[in-house]
Amino acid sequence: MLSQASSVNRVYWLIVAPAIVMLVLFYFVPLGQVLLTSVTDPKPGLGNYALLFTSAAIHKTLLTTVRIAAITTGLALVLGYAVAYAMRAATSQRQRLMLFCVLLPFWISVLVRSFAWLTILGPQGPINAGLMGLGLVDEPIALSRNETGVLIAMVHVMLPYAILTLYANMRGIDVGLVSAARSLGASRFQAFRMVFLPLTRPGLIGAASLVFILSLGFYVTPAILGGGKVMMVAQYTAFQINETMRWGLGTMLAAALMIAVLGTLWALSRVIDVKRLFSA
Amino acid sequence: MKTLQPSGIVLAFAWLVLSFLVLPAFAVIPVSFTDTRYLSLPEEHWSLQHWRTFLSSQDWVDSIGQSLWIAVVSTVLSVVAGTLCAIGCWRLSSGLSEKIRGLMILPMAVPTIVYALGIYRLYVELDLVGTMLGVMLAHAVTGLPFVVLTVSASLSNLDPRLEQAARGLGASVRQTLRYVIVPNILPGVLSGAIFAFIHSWDELIVVLFIGGRALFTLPRRMWDGINDNLDPVIAVVATAMILFTLLVLTAELSLRARRAS
Repeated sequence: MLSQASSVNRVYWLIVAPAIVMLVLFYFVPLGQVLLTSVTDPKPGLGNYALLFTSAAIHKTLLTTVRIAAITTGLALVLGYAVAYAMRAATSQRQRLMLFCVLLPFWISVLVRSFAWLTILGPQGPINAGLMGLGLVDEPIALSRNETGVLIAMVHVMLPYAILTLYANMRGIDVGLVSAARSLGASRFQAFRMVFLPLTRPGLIGAASLVFILSLGFYVTPAILGGGKVMMVAQYTAFQINETMRWGLGTMLAAALMIAVLGTLWALSRVIDVKRLFSA
Repeated sequence: MKTLQPSGIVLAFAWLVLSFLVLPAFAVIPVSFTDTRYLSLPEEHWSLQHWRTFLSSQDWVDSIGQSLWIAVVSTVLSVVAGTLCAIGCWRLSSGLSEKIRGLMILPMAVPTIVYALGIYRLYVELDLVGTMLGVMLAHAVTGLPFVVLTVSASLSNLDPRLEQAARGLGASVRQTLRYVIVPNILPGVLSGAIFAFIHSWDELIVVLFIGGRALFTLPRRMWDGINDNLDPVIAVVATAMILFTLLVLTAELSLRARRAS
């Protein structure tokens, strides 16, 4: 009986195997190569990593990256919280409509959305046309090909992640607690501030981390809306490979980015269930 | 009794944010019908000229074909390997299989640029740069997490005793999978397939690195267009892609509703 059970287990391990083989050969091997190249090219050692501390160009890129990621996270959290909260309070029919509004942009490719923002924010776009039509401005204002454009589009891309994470958390909250606080004499704001908000802390931490780590590695949106003037680390990395062929520098930046992201996830996994973050 | 009562201001703000989310997609639709040669709203009348250009361009049509072919094959690979893996991990439910399921979601977390660099290095050695097979394999691996997650979610609602009962009645593992487990998790498998398909169909960064001179998927040709000349044809492509996404999303939402019931 025992041997039969273990032979059945062997079959189940066998069906897990193809995915593992694919993942190892075509995912972990390439990532390993990135790490390896970062310490061997052009010569063995940590020379590439020293550039993190000495190169002014890299400092500027890292600073831009962290600044944009942080502002995006802050905005996505505030805007997303309001939406998730309204969704939690809405009737189920309303909820479906709101969820559709969140999922629709989520599903449209980042490339298409970035292009859409380029059209909207551009000098001939509807926003500038409207502002000029109303006589508010005399000539188009620069909303794209700068950091403003990058931020608008990035918040747009990141909002669904924030909303879905916050909403998943809020759905698990017993709203009876809020009405209990209300019947005990708390004002609407007090009940929110002292009962509901603390309960959403895990959601806030999860959403903030998710948006932040995803923002760190963004490539397409800053490249399109930054117009070459806003250089985040992913774009800088691609530039090193495509234009200057500095593989050592490029892979070092990629490796550092990966370590930063995985480090954040690992720290996070001690507080919340990380797998659930990605299942929204 | 309703227990959460957001104030009118909060509600108005939430709807404002929701319209911020939805509107951009619809802004490109009128632009695709512009009568001008640059990206703008139609000035004198709505025109189909750029749609005609799109559909009569061999380059764009070829790109659609390449994208479709790559997405179909990589989806099949992701779905087969991912579903089997999720079922295996679910049935084994040991510490190790839990870790494996955790590793499967890594491609979602690691920034794509990192992977793009690595897979390019590997493909230079394997001589797979600029080949369909290369892109299919890369998309299949990065599509795995979508399938593993959706199928695992379906499995978590399935009673493990069902599998034991089938085995106890003398079904082989293959029969158990075929007649008991897979039919019960089919909506999850289909959702995973849709996610994996969209993932490949939209993927740009990996293709930019390993596409070589031969492969121009739809996203890559769009990217080149955005960087080169910002032709209104790109608004046409964007519109077509949005409509396509709407179609697929509706299908997925109805699957989700079926899974919930």
